[in-house]
Amino acid sequence: MAIVVKRKPLNLLEKLYIPEIARGLMVTFRRMFFGETVTMEYPEQRPPIPVGYRGVPTLVKDPEGREKCVSCQLCEFVCPPKAIRITPGEIPEGSDYRHVEKGPKEFDIDMLRCIYCGMCQEVCPEEAIWLQNQYSMSGYSRAEMVNNKAKLYELGGTLPDEHFKWKKKKEAAEHGGGHH
Amino acid sequence: MEISEIAIKAIYAIIVVSVLMGFCSYAVLAERKISSWIQGRVGPNRTTLPFVGSIPVVGKFLTRLGVFQPVADGLKFLFKEDVTPGHVNKFYFTMAPIMALIPALTTVVVVPFGYYTNAAGEVVTLVLTDLNVAMLFLLAVSSLGVYGVVLGGWSSNSKYPFLGGIRASAQMISYELAMGISILPVFMWVNAPGSEGSLSLVDVVNSQGGGLWYAMWMPASFLIFVVCIFAETNRLPFDMAESETELVSGFHTEYSSFKFGLFFVGEYAHMLVGSAVVAILFLGGWHPLPFATWADFGVSGWLVGVLSVGTLIAKLCGFMFFFMWIRWTLPRFRYDQVMRIGWQMLLPASIANLIVYTFIIYFLERP
Ligand code: SF4
Ligand code: SF4
Repeated sequence: MAIVVKRKPLNLLEKLYIPEIARGLMVTFRRMFFGETVTMEYPEQRPPIPVGYRGVPTLVKDPEGREKCVSCQLCEFVCPPKAIRITPGEIPEGSDYRHVEKGPKEFDIDMLRCIYCGMCQEVCPEEAIWLQNQYSMSGYSRAEMVNNKAKLYELGGTLPDEHFKWKKKKEAAEHGGGHH
Repeated sequence: MEISEIAIKAIYAIIVVSVLMGFCSYAVLAERKISSWIQGRVGPNRTTLPFVGSIPVVGKFLTRLGVFQPVADGLKFLFKEDVTPGHVNKFYFTMAPIMALIPALTTVVVVPFGYYTNAAGEVVTLVLTDLNVAMLFLLAVSSLGVYGVVLGGWSSNSKYPFLGGIRASAQMISYELAMGISILPVFMWVNAPGSEGSLSLVDVVNSQGGGLWYAMWMPASFLIFVVCIFAETNRLPFDMAESETELVSGFHTEYSSFKFGLFFVGEYAHMLVGSAVVAILFLGGWHPLPFATWADFGVSGWLVGVLSVGTLIAKLCGFMFFFMWIRWTLPRFRYDQVMRIGWQMLLPASIANLIVYTFIIYFLERP
């Protein structure tokens, strides 16, 4: 329902303008001495980050400490501004994770290109790439703004994992049965 | 005039101008702080000096208060890149800020700022020149400041600055008249029949000693004068010459670093002198209270010098605060409203005020 605000004609005092100015001055004066400061002083105080915030894209490891990314390159393919560059690599001989298909040899995200769309996170079949709550990225050169693999893992850290997909696959292969 | 006298005057002049410049930079800081407090912000609070800033409590407090900010601002103005657009006449472009600053610094010559009583018990006024036509000098020179603005706007050779300059001149014309007329009653009262005629500011202050201040018994003059001072100094709500929203900061759009700084200082110097004039004409100058002078409190000698200068400076600061307070209270007028207020309201009002006080003074002073 539309609310119609009636516009009162100004009375004489209001038409004189000066009393109204005085009233306005009182308002700002009160604001100055009794109003509280609402500024957030940024580098010292940080805003609370809401859940599900899409900050800087990062790579995460699972609780076992294994890198989850299998370098399927889906994220590289889907990334609208082509910010991601992946060089796929083999899992080294003798590693505990030989059963995993592949791993990234190099993984760069160019933060000068990234638009924080979150597509990489959506598309990743391994839940390896996450946009977490890191929101302030800055650097003094273009090269500094490209996050390499080490940096990405450092930013991402470890996230809880419920599936341990590759572990189950390995168990299934060794003991037979199960459809993993 | 003897050499020693000239030397003393020169020293006076240097002191006055450097005090004025110092006040300008701290007025900028005050403006920033007051704006931030009114808007619920913090304002400048990071700049710190190496040693002073690390004194335990005081240093932290001063840093929070931002008192070192003017130093940083000054350095910034000095060292920033000074861009001069390629399509301007360099000579006029450089002249403009200088021309905006000079009148503002010149007007301070006739502004009295206190008095002391010397050994012989005579009252000596602290003023660079006690000019007999001080008020006329002040009005004339301070309106010259608009030349700098107009020249800056025109020589920038681009549209917004040009509009800003034109507006500044039109606004100056429409408010100068009302301003001049509004202070006539004051001088009619000062120049009582039979006395020697004078437009000196010192006489105005002296005539307010031990009596009502003119703001009290000529409130209409006071109001009109204050509004005109706002328009004259291009302050909000009358900053038509540089309004950011319409003219992208108007006449100084093309200016950068030091030249812009000169404009800036000029504007604040103008405001400071304007506040001093308001204090002198209407708020009792260096007299502490209505109906009382420092002599009534029994102070004399150099002490009265300190106290009177302090009083005037306090009033000046108070009025500067008012300037800033108004800035964050009133929205900017539209240009046609500015013109309407100037020509259709203030001018008739000041003339009516003049006529009324002519009669009042005539009946009061009739022998
Ligand atoms: S991060 Fe995910 S989508 Fe990107 S290559 Fe690795 S596994 Fe594939
Ligand atoms: S968030 Fe979007 S732009 Fe950034 S890396 Fe992921 S897909 Fe590319």
